[in-house]
Amino acid sequence: MEQPQLIAGRLKPSLLLWLLPATLLMLSLPAEAADAAVSATPWWVWPLALFVVCFFMGMIAVPAGVGGGVLFVPIVGSFFPFHLDFVRGAGLLVAMSSALAAGPSLLKNGMANLRLALPLALIASISSIGGAMLGLALPANIVQIALGFTILGIAALMISAKKSEFPHVARPDPLSRALGIHGIFHDAISGKNTPWQVHRTPAGLVIFLVIGFLGGLFGVGAGWANVPALNLLLGVPLKVAAGTSSMILSMASASATWYYLDNGAILPIIAVPSVIGMMMGARIGAHLLTVLKASMIRRLVIAILLFAGARTLLKGFGVWI
Amino acid sequence: MNNEPELHPEQLRYADVLHWCTLAGFITLVATFAAYMLGWLPAYVPLEKMPALWSLSTEEFLKATGTPTGWSWLFRMGQGDFAGQLGIAILSGCSIACILVIIPIYAKGRNRAYLAICFLEIAVLLASAAGVFTRH
Repeated sequence: MEQPQLIAGRLKPSLLLWLLPATLLMLSLPAEAADAAVSATPWWVWPLALFVVCFFMGMIAVPAGVGGGVLFVPIVGSFFPFHLDFVRGAGLLVAMSSALAAGPSLLKNGMANLRLALPLALIASISSIGGAMLGLALPANIVQIALGFTILGIAALMISAKKSEFPHVARPDPLSRALGIHGIFHDAISGKNTPWQVHRTPAGLVIFLVIGFLGGLFGVGAGWANVPALNLLLGVPLKVAAGTSSMILSMASASATWYYLDNGAILPIIAVPSVIGMMMGARIGAHLLTVLKASMIRRLVIAILLFAGARTLLKGFGVWI
Repeated sequence: MNNEPELHPEQLRYADVLHWCTLAGFITLVATFAAYMLGWLPAYVPLEKMPALWSLSTEEFLKATGTPTGWSWLFRMGQGDFAGQLGIAILSGCSIACILVIIPIYAKGRNRAYLAICFLEIAVLLASAAGVFTRH
């Protein structure tokens, strides 16, 4: 079987520039088909289209530094004929699966810190159930409108958010000291070890309460919020923040996923091709950074989020069904 | 010389269990989905009827199809759409298994704070899995 590195190595940036807009076009096609005649389309077209679209989403999500869930829910919710309940259920599974798959290596190479993740994940797990309960209780158009605003807000956050590779933490707060939350970041390239500690832990717990709630409500995962909160608020080194975010996501999404599963809101015909497509695309995406600038892909993802957010909002208001 | 910092033992144990749980979940997910799509396991809701049903809300879908909720899927493994839930449940249960195996390490080290956090996290996940918060 051909290795993803080889496939990615052969992809020239110019080809990719054509490939990604083609993905956008593909995203629009199911919507057109849906408007024309959903019932006339053979059933197998939809899971297949979902697999292809998720494959491309996985490709761009990894180099752009966002989780798959944040792209999945607005795009699939806007351009596919599935009810938003099932899309959010699948979105949670997509976000959780990606986080679970990355977890073992992140933990073993020290890019994720379990002692940092556990207290924050506990708070986020509780609130994500609350979000899931509210999400399934509210009318779909209300959730759609709120999702549209949230996605546009995430795009704005991606445009404006600063990041700090090694934030300065003068003194750890008493709570983080009591919990023993600190570590040493090992840079494999330079071989340098950088000790780190955290501050503002109580504020972090409050923020993660909100993040978990939004994750459960919209099924979008929460990497987009976890990383800035860990990095800028708590003062965790950027790479450790990204890795630990995955661990928090794997636990917090699980509690909401159980709720969706228990309520019959996860359909395997929607969720499974999405997970498989996203995972396969992510394997290619991890190697795309060698042929394309991450900043360019990030700009593309922001453009997609703006488009999908606007579409979600208009769909919620009943303007563009 | 290797100057990599040592990781906490619970982190390494968590990673090992997570690896195997996730692998088991993905294999089950793909295998049951293949059986469902290829018709090796008959579907409870016929696949050709799905396009008319997946645009309904969860509540409407359950009412229209009579699909049982909760853990009923576990007793209907012979039907493709229910068998597909097994992989999802294994993946959702990975965190529970991983936390369970690190509890003895925290207990041995008398780390009461993390023991409490682990027990609370397991309680939240189990309560959600058991349907304590469920509407039906």
